[in-house]
Amino acid sequence: MVKVHFSAALRHYTGGLSDIEIEAATVGRLINALDERFPGIGAQLSEGTSVAIDGEILPDAEYEELPDGAEVHFLATLSGG
Amino acid sequence: MTVTDEPSTESAGYKYVGTRSIRPDGLDKVTGRAKFGADLTLPGMLEAAVVRSPHAHAEIVSIDTSEAMKIEGVKAIVTGADFPDPAEQGLHPSDQDVANNIIARDKVLYDGHVVAAVAATSRQAARAAAKAVNVTYKVLPHVMNVDEAMADGAALLHPNMKTKGVDPPAEEPSNVASRIVHERGELDQGFANADAVVERTFTTKPVHQGYIEPHACVADTGADGRSNIWVSSQGHFAMRTYTSKVVGVTTSMLKVIPAEIGGGFGGKTVIYLEPLAYMLSKKAGRPVRVVMDRAEVFRASGPASGTKIKVKMGANSAGEITAAEIWMAFEAGAFAGSPVGAAGMTVIAPYDIPHFVVEGFDVVVNKPKVAAYRAPGAPMAAFAVESVVDDLAAEIGMDPIELRLKNAVVEGTEASYGPKFPKIGFVETLDACKEHPNYGEPLGPNQGRGVAAGFWFNAGMNSSATIHVNDDGTVTTVVGSPDIGGSRASMALFTAEELGIGLERIKPVVADTETVGFNDVTGGSRVTLATGQAVVEACRAIKTDLIRRAAKTWKMEADQVEWVDGQAQAKDGSQPPLSLAAIAGKMARTGGPISANASLNARGVGAAFSTQVCDVEVDPETGQVTILRYLTAQDAGRAIHPAYVEGQLQGGVVQGIGWALNEEYVHNDDGVLENPSFLDYRIPVASDLPMIDTIIVEVPNPGHPYGVRGVGEVGIVPPLAAVANAIKAATGKRLVDLPMSPMKVLEAIDGTDS
Repeated sequence: MVKVHFSAALRHYTGGLSDIEIEAATVGRLINALDERFPGIGAQLSEGTSVAIDGEILPDAEYEELPDGAEVHFLATLSGG
Repeated sequence: MTVTDEPSTESAGYKYVGTRSIRPDGLDKVTGRAKFGADLTLPGMLEAAVVRSPHAHAEIVSIDTSEAMKIEGVKAIVTGADFPDPAEQGLHPSDQDVANNIIARDKVLYDGHVVAAVAATSRQAARAAAKAVNVTYKVLPHVMNVDEAMADGAALLHPNMKTKGVDPPAEEPSNVASRIVHERGELDQGFANADAVVERTFTTKPVHQGYIEPHACVADTGADGRSNIWVSSQGHFAMRTYTSKVVGVTTSMLKVIPAEIGGGFGGKTVIYLEPLAYMLSKKAGRPVRVVMDRAEVFRASGPASGTKIKVKMGANSAGEITAAEIWMAFEAGAFAGSPVGAAGMTVIAPYDIPHFVVEGFDVVVNKPKVAAYRAPGAPMAAFAVESVVDDLAAEIGMDPIELRLKNAVVEGTEASYGPKFPKIGFVETLDACKEHPNYGEPLGPNQGRGVAAGFWFNAGMNSSATIHVNDDGTVTTVVGSPDIGGSRASMALFTAEELGIGLERIKPVVADTETVGFNDVTGGSRVTLATGQAVVEACRAIKTDLIRRAAKTWKMEADQVEWVDGQAQAKDGSQPPLSLAAIAGKMARTGGPISANASLNARGVGAAFSTQVCDVEVDPETGQVTILRYLTAQDAGRAIHPAYVEGQLQGGVVQGIGWALNEEYVHNDDGVLENPSFLDYRIPVASDLPMIDTIIVEVPNPGHPYGVRGVGEVGIVPPLAAVANAIKAATGKRLVDLPMSPMKVLEAIDGTDS
């Protein structure tokens, strides 16, 4: 099980829910599971999104494994200068 | 000055990392041998000139190139019609915007937007032909700032643009591309808990990165569409990708060769000229060089966003910030994509605030599409919040560093954008400033001291490196990251440290797109971390190979051999050591050439914090602001080359000071830029400023083998507010509109400002 935290922008899809515990082995499967639970959220999470897993921000995380008990946040992918 | 208990090399046991080696590119650059983007000449090469819109917003009714083609020496002219239609190509919307920014199709969206380009046998002929291209426009109303663009009934740049991120979904088009929001707690409760509340509105203007080398490239395109492109950029792989999409070829059709770069700061992570050069060369059948002049750089390359930011913050009498309400609108320029997202994530990131709402809007206006400028989005956001934090400190009678210490994020704090911070060094930078002699220097009449802090994520991203061992034991370290801040020196230091050989035995090289694996841009303060990780990984593979070869020579198992101080040693001491040169000399007999590659998507990025202290004197007669002293303390994790790190810290500060005091784009009522030159766009020069005092704080990043944190960007985040806070302390007046030019300062002092 991992704990997913939803930003204010994503709570529109979760009906106001700010976090959820859910079973998922990888980030890609997590997104699919979330989209089943909250239709439409998958499209928001699939493109231009980075994932923070236990504080480490990863921009290309689709196949990243999720350790049991991980804290997950979805963030906008940023660029630098 | 480096803040560690001992000098960095000794405390960590390094021999090469942490030293101040001579830069590998230094001799070529000071003697003029270094080749920049405009320096290449090829046989038969043509020169180009670009036709640009004189209007901020207009439909293109017609383009007549017939008279231009008659001019002697003209070999090719291209317009939007010569390029694939981005929508028909099925490009991603952001790539369509790139293509439409390269050259206009049916509409021009800013003064300077490309309409056509000419290649001729001389620059004079090309310019004459460019003037002879006859373009008929239908001028449209324009919008030049967020207020104009967001107003009801505003002229629309893109009739199909509807705001993303709003609830309910937008039904009508507007100039607002998107909205971001971050929230925590209950805002009303937070302000109810405050004993002091400060509320202000801040505005900033677009500013340019100010690189001294204009954009330049040379393309040599064959009839089959394959092209060699020489370009000065922050990332030739990115130039290849973008150009291939705009001209409609596969990436393998383009070979991009990096030139030296005369500054980028984020502004050269995008393309402007390369597709033009490609198409002109293909059409003319000859190489073509395209170089922007300074006016074109200002008119047509991406500045940092102009902004409007409203901040309301509350603190209790103990100095705890209880609430923050932030509203931001960022100019994106002609196409969507301002850094308002990053601004929203950095604006209150240094502080642990229980109740907040941060809302931001990405707004298109009739100006060039903005480009990155060192920690994009963060400096403007910090200008607003750090000014208000300073005001709160004054309201409750608390030292500004103490108030920041009271609220500073530490390891384990939940960031305002969500995740918990890993090991970070914000508190250490605050303490370093507090303990520095500058902070206690007495101040005289009309003098004031300002403090501000800043945060930036830094990036990891993709890097590749190859290490070759030459037959004499020297080593070539090959990377694909253009060197904009000393990365060749750092890569050589990593190589020396890993292999245990002297720097004089190592040559760092930046290779083209066909000679090294893929690399993302040099930007995001990522190269020492990410490309460094690739170099270290490749070096460790080399060491494993060298050990295997020595073991083979000694007829031992590899686990009986170790690599120490540049030599293979038998662990039982039964053999005289073998140097790298000795092993290299026999490489054919022990398995062939010695080389290793590493390609990775870097992990373990460490964020960076900066705290800065600015002392100013304000002339009450003229409003002139003189910087008396400036101190910056920044967490570098581990300073691989301290002199380069100090340079990055100082450079960011100087750019921030210019942003605060002098720099702005000035447009007339027709939306035309009036100051496209360094004469009228005033950036700081060496005689304007004192030496910037630097403190390199080292809280090593546990995610990197050498503890590295990126250093190139966060230094520009605090200065806008540090200078504003110093002016407030000197004059008693809070300026909220940048730049804080002498006239504005005088008006504030005299009470005649609005």
